[in-house]
Amino acid sequence: MMEAIIAGLGGLVIGFKLLFVNWQNLIMLGVGGVLLWLGIKKDCEPLLLVPIGFGCLLVNVPLSDVMLKDGFVRTIYDAGVDTELFPLLIFIGIGAMTDFGPVLAQPYTFLLGAAGQFGIFLTLILALYIGFPKLDAVSIGVIGACDGPTAIYVTSKYAPHLLGAVAVAAYSYMSLVPVIQPPIMRALTTDKEKKTVMKFTAKPVSKTTKLLFPIVITVVGGCIAPKGLPLLATIMLGNLMKESGVVARLTGAAENEIANVVTLFLGLCIGATMAGPAFIRAETLIVLGLGFLAIILDTVCGVLFGKVLYVLTGGKINPLIGAAGISAFPMAARVVQKVGSQYNKKSYLLMHAMGANAGGQIGSVIAAAVMLSVLAGMGVIR
Amino acid sequence: MEMDNFTFGITMLVAGMGGTLATLGLLSLMMAGLGKLFPYKEEGKED
Repeated sequence: MMEAIIAGLGGLVIGFKLLFVNWQNLIMLGVGGVLLWLGIKKDCEPLLLVPIGFGCLLVNVPLSDVMLKDGFVRTIYDAGVDTELFPLLIFIGIGAMTDFGPVLAQPYTFLLGAAGQFGIFLTLILALYIGFPKLDAVSIGVIGACDGPTAIYVTSKYAPHLLGAVAVAAYSYMSLVPVIQPPIMRALTTDKEKKTVMKFTAKPVSKTTKLLFPIVITVVGGCIAPKGLPLLATIMLGNLMKESGVVARLTGAAENEIANVVTLFLGLCIGATMAGPAFIRAETLIVLGLGFLAIILDTVCGVLFGKVLYVLTGGKINPLIGAAGISAFPMAARVVQKVGSQYNKKSYLLMHAMGANAGGQIGSVIAAAVMLSVLAGMGVIR
Repeated sequence: MEMDNFTFGITMLVAGMGGTLATLGLLSLMMAGLGKLFPYKEEGKED
């Protein structure tokens, strides 16, 4: 009987023993702790980093079965990530929360939103050069969309083994936009360009235009890039509900209850893909490095495109607003305003930058949709 | 269609980025057109 008791008690300490055998799990428990610290103490994308950090802890506890068949996180993963449902549901919420008025008031800012996507394709080329397979390179490049749900949608579909690294990179770098962008903006523009004052006359947009916007984007964008239709359609459905004003309950649910529940589940699932042995590899570090580069390249290309517009318009457009052509909304627009006002107190770039930023949000979705359709056209995906 | 990584990367850059720019350019023109067709001032009339 004594032996049985000792064996039974041994079952209680086996986890501690394995903790020191599987050093990768031990390191990842530390990583999970860092993610929780960033979210809780540093307010760095807490809605995502807290569940991701906790999911990372969960999966790295020795003998954890949460991601094994029928494990509770695996069940959520299969239902929402494997089916690409979660990022799409989040997109409905994002559409319901976003006011595309600034980009509709200045449609040229759509082009700034396009320029901010160059990083996706340049990083894709770099990833291919390093030796990543084609679809892995596509998933790494899409970190440059600066758009978590888009990155998760593409990666979960075409390179699920990179999901943890890509998602963490996408969300962490998005929250680092105020740190990453300003030095690049300062380095690429002259003092004269930075001080450019852009006139802004509030140009209200009619309700009809706001209502037609999501419908036109869905139909036209869907015809051009049908493989990305789910991405386009969900964000536009959310926006149509918001602008119509007739389904306030659905809009409220999309931007609150649905978005909150899905964010919790999605974060937990992403964290649970960060199991030590699978995550601690040179590949992960390279993915994180390339993701960082993607966002730098987005900013560089956005500002350079802003400089082209500055020349074409005879100095009427401040090139700094090009940096806002990414999807980190409205953070990138605020960064532009802050940097611009440091050089010219009379410069008020926020509304122009908001247009570029909203354009960037559409731009990132369009870029991913176009990319998927080009891949399908080449026969790389079905 | 089998292709090497270099061809694949350049194709993605040209077709992907070109397609993104063209799509957003087209949408920008369409939105400008919609803005002209349905200007804010005529909101009362159109409703």
